[in-house]
Amino acid sequence: MSISPPLADSLAPDAERARAAQPYWNPYFVGVLLGAVLLASYLVAGRGLGATGAFSSVAAWIASGVSPEHAQANPVHARYLADGSPLTAWLVFLVIGAFAGAALSGWMAGRAHLAIEKGPRISNAGRLAVAAGGGVLAGIGAKIAMGCTSGQALTGGAILNAGSLVFMGAVFAAGYAVAWILRKEWL
Amino acid sequence: MFPLSSTVELSAVATLALALTLGFGFGFALERAGFGSARKLTAVFYFYDMSVVKVMFTAIVTAMAGLFLLSWAGALDLAELYVEPTNYAGAAIGGLIFGAGFVIGGYCPGTAIAACATGRIDGLTFMAGMLGGVYLFAEFLPGVDAWARGTARGEVTLTSLTGLSMGWFVLLFIAILALAGWGMGAAERRFAGLRP
Repeated sequence: MSISPPLADSLAPDAERARAAQPYWNPYFVGVLLGAVLLASYLVAGRGLGATGAFSSVAAWIASGVSPEHAQANPVHARYLADGSPLTAWLVFLVIGAFAGAALSGWMAGRAHLAIEKGPRISNAGRLAVAAGGGVLAGIGAKIAMGCTSGQALTGGAILNAGSLVFMGAVFAAGYAVAWILRKEWL
Repeated sequence: MFPLSSTVELSAVATLALALTLGFGFGFALERAGFGSARKLTAVFYFYDMSVVKVMFTAIVTAMAGLFLLSWAGALDLAELYVEPTNYAGAAIGGLIFGAGFVIGGYCPGTAIAACATGRIDGLTFMAGMLGGVYLFAEFLPGVDAWARGTARGEVTLTSLTGLSMGWFVLLFIAILALAGWGMGAAERRFAGLRP
């Protein structure tokens, strides 16, 4: 990897760097790989993958840092505080591992550099704002559905969980409906 | 006999090391697929790159086939696996909100982590928003949480609903994937003009 350029420079569209990055792997091949990781998780831990629970644990940890009494009295936070420190939860470590695995993969392929992913018609600040707003919605939606693309769609899908299949249908239905309105953000 | 968690008592440190290892493979696969890029992810909603569906569907079929074959061979007890209780209304409402958040934000929780790990600043702000979202939910919507959990109807799977063996669904999903793979290839060619 080359020496990191200054931030402003690295945020500009960089065709040269895009050419230097290796192509992504074949999606069906990666699918088999991801399925093998999911299967391994079921076989050793008796449960699938997940990500949202890690955010819930960190939220409970922050809440108990602000006020332990308040956090314990909140039924949602309390679930994540019941089993020792919320930062030693299974999903927190899974997510830390995922961060490391993605970082290594991106670095090996020449894809790790500071950048903002967006379409050509939206400003950097605008893109960062909608990313945060979308994150808020995704967080609330995942809590109502008791899982996200990892914990519901992938994990539940593999074991034919009926609720997970409904979740997947709803995600794509809303996705395709909203995508048309938001084409300026991405196209 | 699998799952190991039902037969072996692992220490706390070993358990977390296992979570780290599985997570490492998870994140590596996500990044290899290109899911650290919001443009690659949202491309699925404009039909010019269907990788999200290809990867997810293949992963689901792979894991499903593995679970079925191992239980069929007597090496895995499916009843020992954790299945999230089904709440149809919760899954539908939460899924709609989540799907909107996915397109607006450009990521889902797991892929935002892969994006952040490879330097994508929008991935970092999505994660911050996500943390804010679950915090707000806990503070202001504990009633919704109680409703979603309280009205869940327990473990409901397509096998329990239909009485059919998991093997039939593995075959069905493989057939759907083959058909969908052909359809997705056609869609990608038709909408190739949208590709940046």
